[in-house]
Amino acid sequence: MAERLIELRDISKSYGQVYALGGVNLSVDRGEVVGLLGDNGAGKSTLIKILSGVVKPTSGEILVRGKPVTGWSAARSREAGIETVFQDRALAVQQTIVRNIFMGRELTGFLGFLRVNKEIEEASRLMREIGFTSKVFTPQSIVGQLSGGERQGVAIARAIYKQAELIVLDEPTTALSLTETAKVFHFVRQVRASGRSILFIGHNIHHVFDIADRFVVLDRGKVALTTDRSEVKSAEDLINFMEEVAHPGGLAGLHDAGDAEQRAR
Amino acid sequence: MSKTMEPDLHEPSAGIPRPSAQKEWKHPSDHWMRGFILDNRAALGTLAVFIVMMAVFMIANPTVFTTWYLYRSVLTTLPVALFVVVPLVFVVTCGEIDLSFPATMGFASWVFALVVQAGYDPFLGIAAALVTGMLLGFLVGSLVVYGGLSSLIATLGMNFLLRGLIQIINEGKSMALTSLSDSWAYTIFSSQLLGIPVQIFWAIGFVVLSAMLYNRHRFGAQVRVVGDNPDSAQQMGIDVKRVRVKVFVFVGIGAAIAGTFSVMINFTWWPTAGDGYLLPVLASVFVGGTPTWGGIGTVVGGAIGAVTVSFIQTGVVAAGLSGFYVQFFNGLIIILSLLGHKWNQARYR
Ligand SMILES: Nc1ncnc2c1ncn2[C@@H]1O[C@H](COP(=O)(O)OP(=O)(O)OP(=O)(O)O)[C@@H](O)[C@H]1O
Ligand SMILES: [Mg+2]
Repeated sequence: MAERLIELRDISKSYGQVYALGGVNLSVDRGEVVGLLGDNGAGKSTLIKILSGVVKPTSGEILVRGKPVTGWSAARSREAGIETVFQDRALAVQQTIVRNIFMGRELTGFLGFLRVNKEIEEASRLMREIGFTSKVFTPQSIVGQLSGGERQGVAIARAIYKQAELIVLDEPTTALSLTETAKVFHFVRQVRASGRSILFIGHNIHHVFDIADRFVVLDRGKVALTTDRSEVKSAEDLINFMEEVAHPGGLAGLHDAGDAEQRAR
Repeated sequence: MSKTMEPDLHEPSAGIPRPSAQKEWKHPSDHWMRGFILDNRAALGTLAVFIVMMAVFMIANPTVFTTWYLYRSVLTTLPVALFVVVPLVFVVTCGEIDLSFPATMGFASWVFALVVQAGYDPFLGIAAALVTGMLLGFLVGSLVVYGGLSSLIATLGMNFLLRGLIQIINEGKSMALTSLSDSWAYTIFSSQLLGIPVQIFWAIGFVVLSAMLYNRHRFGAQVRVVGDNPDSAQQMGIDVKRVRVKVFVFVGIGAAIAGTFSVMINFTWWPTAGDGYLLPVLASVFVGGTPTWGGIGTVVGGAIGAVTVSFIQTGVVAAGLSGFYVQFFNGLIIILSLLGHKWNQARYR
């Protein structure tokens, strides 16, 4: 039985009148790849921001390795071995690649002074590892000079630097080319092979179906489905289910509703 | 997914031998000079402005500008400005502004004057002034950060408030501190060494240390990241509020040193101590090449900016122009520097 790495219990989050999440449960076991699916605005990013301590839930409980935590924060979650690639990448674009990779986790020595050479060394090792070997860019290049995909590479490099136990990827492949996307999936498999876990958010259900061991479908702030991969025959099944959740009665129903609305005017 | 779509992540290192691959990463440019210039373009731009300005002054009046006296008077007053310009570079980089430092200078030096007048050792006075500066910086910073106020307005308010407090209590009266002249503190902090005002050595030390803090220390790195993108910094676990409060505390410390030094120059504390520094100091920061939008900046540039600004006044008068030209030249240098930096510095978003 795999160890339960992290568990979110009955998480709710409201922004004023907007209910982003209403009582969501989510758990990730060691060595597991969980695919988190859902429409735009379903609350996926909100959920993983709560997991990574950036957003405080309105109510609910967070358990790390079975123990409930209090005072959960971004710093605490990183200490606990959770690294996140946020949807907005969370980069400081006027800073160098090195400064971004070591943001909030500076390598320091004497009296808190930076170990600059060590940082540069580690950064170039990382960038080579994720296949980021352009000759034009160096660890000391400014992130603002990089393309969208290259910036994403920096965010991913930052997440893999410390062999994190859980890596959260919020739509990591948007803006990536086919080869770069393949690299990300290859990386996901590597992480799983090394016994660590991934929480993967993506809109391409075929992709998520390929890599995830378990799927969680969010719909308007609630879990609509949690299922093991073995219980879903194909990506099409998953797509059909999600369509059913989003538009009960099928897309035809959507058209009918539209017509009805028009008639009502 | 086909195998061809999955490039092996360790492949790149297999093809190229590692040492040469590492070499490729070593430096952004082919030559260290180019890298140095690119990394320090703002500071170097400021230096160029300063050199051109001095050349103009020297051509206008060679005799005055080759006498040591002129430089000595600048070297006495410049350090006072440097102690606040440098921390302000941190504040502006952090995406904030602090207009309360003149009152903090006045307040901290008042505490210094009180301790000295009461007959205690000036060193104790300096320690008391530093603590006062730190506390005021913490107060101002907390007000801005935890009160969620605009630093522009809140620190302007605090400047008036603190200055008002000084004025109310002292009723405009100054304090003469003649006992200072034969104290150890005076010899160490305010005398002359080989004819050079000793303050400038302390100020240079402060600038160098601060430049290291800015470029090579966790504090500076976090200040830059917070000023660049506070949301990202928070997402990466940086305590953004704490970093912001710290920069205000740093200004408080700098202002306390500046205030104390200015009192030691004149042996007198005035209730207006520090007031005249507001605009020149702010101008120095921006002339120095630190942009207004946060995230980047230059301590050394700020210091050169301070040198430039303090030479304008002296230079205009010494060049034989009437004092009426001072403000005009101040403005001219500020505008020209800003234009230069704008052309020199790309803003990334
Ligand atoms: N800071 C905020 N203030 C107010 N409402 C918010 C905020 N952040 C998110 N929301 C709302 O919460 C809901 C869920 O947003 P969230 O970003 O979690 O969606 P998502 O599932 O990640 O969508 P997408 O696939 O488009 O990224 C949305 O309705 C959004 O408008
Ligand atoms: Mg999202």
